[in-house]
Amino acid sequence: MTTETPARARASAGGAAPPPGEPRRPPRPGGRRRAAGLVKHALLTALSLLMIYPLIWLITSSFRPSEVIFRDPALSVEGLSLTNYSDGWTALASPFGVYLLNSAVLVLGTIAGNLFSCSLAAYAFARLRFRGRKLLFAIMLGTIMLPIHVIIVPQYVLFSHLNLLNTFLPLVLPKFLATDAFFVFLMVQFIRGIPRELDEAARIDGAGHPRIFLRVILPLMVPALVTTAIFTFINTWNDFFGQLIYLTREENWTAPLALRTFLDAQTASNYGGMFAMSVISLLPLFLVFLFGQRWLLRGIATTGIK
Amino acid sequence: MSSTGGLRELTRPAPRRGTAYKDNRAAYAFLAPWLLGIVLITIGPVLVSLYLSFTDYNLLQPPDFTGLENYAEMFGDPKFLASLKVTLTYVVLSVPLQLALALGLAMLLDRGLRGLSLYRSVLYLPSMLGASVAVAILWRQVFGSAGLVNQFLGWFGIEGQGWISNPSTALGTIVLLHIWTFGSPMVIFLAGLRQIPRMYYEAAEVDGAAPLRRFRSVTLPLLSPIIFFNLVLQVIYAFQSFTQAFIVSSGTGGPSDSTLFTTLYIYKEGFGRFHMGYASAMAWVLLVVVAAFTAVNFWASRFWVFYDD
Repeated sequence: MTTETPARARASAGGAAPPPGEPRRPPRPGGRRRAAGLVKHALLTALSLLMIYPLIWLITSSFRPSEVIFRDPALSVEGLSLTNYSDGWTALASPFGVYLLNSAVLVLGTIAGNLFSCSLAAYAFARLRFRGRKLLFAIMLGTIMLPIHVIIVPQYVLFSHLNLLNTFLPLVLPKFLATDAFFVFLMVQFIRGIPRELDEAARIDGAGHPRIFLRVILPLMVPALVTTAIFTFINTWNDFFGQLIYLTREENWTAPLALRTFLDAQTASNYGGMFAMSVISLLPLFLVFLFGQRWLLRGIATTGIK
Repeated sequence: MSSTGGLRELTRPAPRRGTAYKDNRAAYAFLAPWLLGIVLITIGPVLVSLYLSFTDYNLLQPPDFTGLENYAEMFGDPKFLASLKVTLTYVVLSVPLQLALALGLAMLLDRGLRGLSLYRSVLYLPSMLGASVAVAILWRQVFGSAGLVNQFLGWFGIEGQGWISNPSTALGTIVLLHIWTFGSPMVIFLAGLRQIPRMYYEAAEVDGAAPLRRFRSVTLPLLSPIIFFNLVLQVIYAFQSFTQAFIVSSGTGGPSDSTLFTTLYIYKEGFGRFHMGYASAMAWVLLVVVAAFTAVNFWASRFWVFYDD
């Protein structure tokens, strides 16, 4: 990328690569401009490397013996082995797979909940005229601001009265009640972009709202649903606070809760195992990143999700 | 799809009466799960938490009404005051720095740069992983006394230190972790930059405006709604940070309370010592602080945010 010439740059500028609407100006030939481009690329490459260096270090460390990790920051390939992975997998009370499975179950539950409840609410806010719509929409946006710490105590009391502590329900049930207002907002924005003529046509054919929602809107809002699913995956996989509070028994631990115990005194010297299991617990996120990037970037640009 | 569409929606005129509310029944059916959630999971608990904040409550005995005692105690509690200072320092440092970096990088990446999508992916990746326990654990090792940072400093003959065990630098490492996740606001800025019509830049160039002037007079005003949107959200998120401080300090908020975020102190009091009343009172103060910051943000926005329409 540092061998850019004006001619090649022009060729790529005229190609299919640029997204529509992106402003661009044809590169002017000339040494100064080229030098500026080189500096820019050098800067960006350096920054990119700096940004991902900790991650690369994490990965290489996970294949090196614990006592070597902190001796040498270089990324040497000698002495690599999978020992850390087998050690780390069995270092805690249960095999690490149990915790990963718990996380996966939780993720599936929260995705199902968000897709179901947020799409219903979004349809009402985006398409239906009803009393109190403005007020309720304002309340919905307002709840985005609400810190979870304000509601966690009463929620905890509620779920403990229902005898649901140490189950996944306190973490999954709220998702079926559209408590992630952000996704309602994302879907409302998306549905507004669907032409109303389609609804009207279905209505003339005698379809009611449930039918319009299921047959017209839902199939057209698949991109918004995918974005919601991906972000719910990331949020639930990364969530720590809620899981820390509701899942205290070891057999219910999720991957983040289990990872944390590598920091406890008894296992504190098992750096290799800790790094290896950290890599494993980041792997699903990385795969989502690889395959879901298109939706991720679009979703962020639309709503500003973290 | 405008990022600020939801906010603008609120100021749209109400529908006419008569035919206006013809969908009442269907709407409330569609909204049923959300309404249930608002009552049971969100607004209900907010109100209960307000009540609990005036009580002494340990989960086993019924709440004992004590009036304003929790609030009085709080403002004489050095740990709580320290936690407010830590939280405010964190928000005031990490949010502007992160947004400035995000905007700078978005500017660099704009204008059809070659390799844009690769850079964007690499720079975005940390913001996806940054909230995880695994990365917080990694951070502990990177900034530990035998960590990556000190090894690098050692190459240049600089004596490193335990960045996380030193009360004056521990919070800084968490601020850095937040800045490291600048990728998602950067992506929002990139999308915003794309919507600025090219003709403005052309006109400015014809008028002889230098790049810095074009940035100040074209980019900044036209991007200001998006900067504002990012600012509001990032401030709200930053106040709620918990995981990083919990992991980096092993749940203690140490050393010397230097990473004791208010959220962490709420957790320790509520779920460590079961002072649920006191925890609720602190959570309410946190809510009021977040709301105040958001309100000030909205109020201040009229002086610098520019709407094209």
